[in-house]
Amino acid sequence: MAKIIVVTSGKGGVGKTTSSAAIGTGIAMRGFKTVIIDFDIGLRNLDLIMGCERRVVYDFVNVINGEANLKQAMIKDKRIDTLFILPASQTRDKDALSKEGVERILNELAQEFDYIICDSPAGIESGAMMALYFADEAVVVTNPEVSSVRDSDRILGMLSSKSRRAEQGLPGIKEHLLLTRYNPERVIKGEMLSVEDVGEILAIKLLGVIPESQAVLNASNSGTPVILDEDSDAGQAYLDTVARLLGEEVPFRFLNVEKKGLLKRIFGG
Amino acid sequence: MSLLDYFRSTKKNTASTAKERLQIIVAHERNRRNSPDYLPQLERDILAVIRKYVDIADDQVSVSLEKSSDQLSVLELNVTFPDDKK
Repeated sequence: MAKIIVVTSGKGGVGKTTSSAAIGTGIAMRGFKTVIIDFDIGLRNLDLIMGCERRVVYDFVNVINGEANLKQAMIKDKRIDTLFILPASQTRDKDALSKEGVERILNELAQEFDYIICDSPAGIESGAMMALYFADEAVVVTNPEVSSVRDSDRILGMLSSKSRRAEQGLPGIKEHLLLTRYNPERVIKGEMLSVEDVGEILAIKLLGVIPESQAVLNASNSGTPVILDEDSDAGQAYLDTVARLLGEEVPFRFLNVEKKGLLKRIFGG
Repeated sequence: MSLLDYFRSTKKNTASTAKERLQIIVAHERNRRNSPDYLPQLERDILAVIRKYVDIADDQVSVSLEKSSDQLSVLELNVTFPDDKK
């Protein structure tokens, strides 16, 4: 039975697609057959982050409309055998996704895959609702910043009331907090909400903390999920995150500032 | 932090301000999310009735519904009357 995980946030630009790409890739690296679906109809971007933008022929909406089958639309990753991407359509019709259509595709994918990662668009409109509706688990991507935390709380409300699990009276969606763009230096200075602060406000289990890192932009520039940059702080933090998502106990890293030398402390740097 | 910053530093902690603001707004929004759909209309109707007798502003009436147990919900109505009434 496939597990459906939605990566969502409410607010845009917090790192949903980066996280979807990293988490999907990380799970596939463990040998699980994984597909990442881009639900951002009209603004396709997962393909760029995954570095397969020139291999897109058919998309999610084509499959729903029966213009192509899944085999034709899915793109097999060139780095990891067990990883596939289903790109978003660039149609301007925002309502191109129907609940029945999405359900049919997810059921078909569930026959073959272990994990289905749904990369949600920003906002709380139909695309975002469709991405979370069928989910078993949710990764709520949040930045330590007021508007992002508030929007995450909004999305948590949707997860508990507007999902299939809620409507059918099944056990609720398992919610995870993924804090991204975390800057321990600013937290210590009292300029940024801490992990504890955000955890206290949202009151859901912490899955991972991704430090603000130059590696993320470098990875997206080159179309490589950042988790494959295993030497980078962000890459390692995503590896830990995936391990926790798969049920392992891993201590949190990158929560504190690295020690600076005396000279650096005096002269700044 | 460099030596110069150390002497200049003014202890203004914006993160704790952010946390306080968020706690308030999130609690407020959760409360509204869990309340029935008719509550805003009920609030407007109550306001209209009171206005027949006393001139009050929109924010002087607050209505909240709190569920205290499975069987019991309490509707709390809070009206602040203006001081200068004759």
